[in-house]
Amino acid sequence: MSEKKNNWPLWEVFIRSRQGLGHRHVGSLHAADAEMAIGNARDVYTRRQEGVSIWVVPAEEITASSPDDSEALYDPANDKVYRHPTFFDLPDEVNHM
Amino acid sequence: MVVSQEQLTKQFNAYVADDKKIEPKDWMPDAYRKTLVRQISQHAHSEIIGMLPEGAWITRAPSLKRKAILLAKVQDEAGHGLYLYSACETLGVERDDLVADLLSGKAKYSSIFNYPSKTWADIGAIGWLVDGAAIMNQVPLCRCSYGPYARAMVRVCKEESFHQRQGYTIMMELMKGTKEQRDMAQDALNRWWWPSLMMFGPSDKDSKHSAQSMSWNIKRFSNDELRQRMVDMTVPQAELIGLKIPDPDLKWNEKKGGYDFGEINWDEFYEVIAGNGPCNEERLEARNKAHDDGEWVRKAAMAYAEKH
Amino acid sequence: MTNIQFRETLIRLGDDSLILAQRLAEWCGHAPILEEDIALTNIALDLLGRAQNYLKLAGELFDPVKSDDDLAYHRDAGEFRNLLLLEQPNGHFGDTICRQFLFDYFSLLRAEHLSSQTVNEYVAAIAAKAVKEIRYHAYYSSKWIKRLGDGTAESHDKIQGSLDNLWKYTHEMFAVDDFDRASIEAGLLPELSELKQVWAKRVGEVISEATLTIPSNPNMEIGGRQGEHTPHLAVMLEEMQVLPRTYPGTTW
Repeated sequence: MSEKKNNWPLWEVFIRSRQGLGHRHVGSLHAADAEMAIGNARDVYTRRQEGVSIWVVPAEEITASSPDDSEALYDPANDKVYRHPTFFDLPDEVNHM
Repeated sequence: MVVSQEQLTKQFNAYVADDKKIEPKDWMPDAYRKTLVRQISQHAHSEIIGMLPEGAWITRAPSLKRKAILLAKVQDEAGHGLYLYSACETLGVERDDLVADLLSGKAKYSSIFNYPSKTWADIGAIGWLVDGAAIMNQVPLCRCSYGPYARAMVRVCKEESFHQRQGYTIMMELMKGTKEQRDMAQDALNRWWWPSLMMFGPSDKDSKHSAQSMSWNIKRFSNDELRQRMVDMTVPQAELIGLKIPDPDLKWNEKKGGYDFGEINWDEFYEVIAGNGPCNEERLEARNKAHDDGEWVRKAAMAYAEKH
Repeated sequence: MTNIQFRETLIRLGDDSLILAQRLAEWCGHAPILEEDIALTNIALDLLGRAQNYLKLAGELFDPVKSDDDLAYHRDAGEFRNLLLLEQPNGHFGDTICRQFLFDYFSLLRAEHLSSQTVNEYVAAIAAKAVKEIRYHAYYSSKWIKRLGDGTAESHDKIQGSLDNLWKYTHEMFAVDDFDRASIEAGLLPELSELKQVWAKRVGEVISEATLTIPSNPNMEIGGRQGEHTPHLAVMLEEMQVLPRTYPGTTW
């Protein structure tokens, strides 16, 4: 265990590629602290100007939904077709609604 | 309702065969997970070891422009290694454990990097042939069934598109130069040609992992198919700049629409894999030294992070 | 400021960047962890680009004109004008970080002046780009000084040792000879002695936060600006210049 303590923790990296877009998960890296994680993310994931803003999150702090629950979580939205605009038939005369 | 492992596996196989993607927390057969960990970590190790033969020429690059290009390229390889370790870690393994296996000699990496880079022309040959072969292997992996691996490969392939070109332009420049420079280029091609064809792995009839990987959509084309493509693509590129492929049996086959080529020296292939290549020891020594020398630095950063 | 004086200043700026870039490039593939490999290479690439820009500009002032490569590959050690600090071997990671840190804080102040002077717009443009780069370099190197200084007992001793070894080369950054004097009077270079106070204050803050101490009164060494180098430079150049020197008149 004591040896593991020297290993830098894993951070998940999210990058905003340009103003107006949301941050998107791009991968992970190792860093000793949050500041270093930002620096490393800059060096690793924005070498080709891929970003204007970075979020880093300790990987162990992320809570994810379980795939086992996916039917219960996502399938009930299947039959709510009226949430989509194509559900509604409009006269041809009505454009752009 | 209890679902048996067999049923789960059957469902999984059907799902993957339908070209659907698997994500980290999804159920997957142990063998699938193991295959991925083995393949992705070997791939990551290859990127890291691959930094060494080219890295050795950064300080000796013959112009500042070439120095910058090569430095950026080798840095990309570090980045690619990192993306791949990162993909591998989504499978529940830790990078430090994977690296430990590399350093102890337990893990494998691409044998090509156990050949020495003797002259500047080797940097050309590596970019042109080794990266060429790597791209040939990697492009289909962008559609691999495991999401994080596929996404890492998309990034790698996008970045790697300049790597092969930088290698080929080194060769082009040498072939336009003095006789000594042309000889240097031809000599590098002679030494790197066969090892780069070996990069596609053993012949299909001898490849022990291929069939399973194909059915899981981890692998899309067989070793021999990819090797044939590599030969067909590279021969005209060599001819264009006046280089001669070192294979007396190389001949255009009109009927198959591709080149016939000579038999690969498989004894050499297995010797290098077994650790008896010209540079196996040197490569692992260099990595071990970097790791050991860096121990106090990694420790210090952790100690500092805990204090602040 | 004569053309020759201007050219000399450009060569000094270019050589500082080139020699440090070459040193950092030696790390490629050998850093303590993958992430640091990528970080050090980024810094090296910034410096290399800057070296090319300054040396190209300097080369235009020769008759006949010289390229950046002519200047990088076809001068002997005695003709190089970089600071002695920058040619010192990489040593361990702490030595490299310490060298980087001491230089970054100076280089940032110098670049800030170069970017705002109006004597030469090309220099101002190169320096404006450099300022952004060096801010990150200084952030990176100072952060590592603190991590190593205030990390473990071992790292503290090591980085203190680096500081003790390298401090003697810091005076040279602010030493002024006739060439510098001409550039300063023309307004191209900043008044280096004034820079020293700001530098000492900022560097001192980081050093004390890192729980380190500045060595007291070592014998300061200078000479790089006049071509009197430590033996390390010739060894480095022999490797760097091997191809163009072995095959003269070739292009690559």
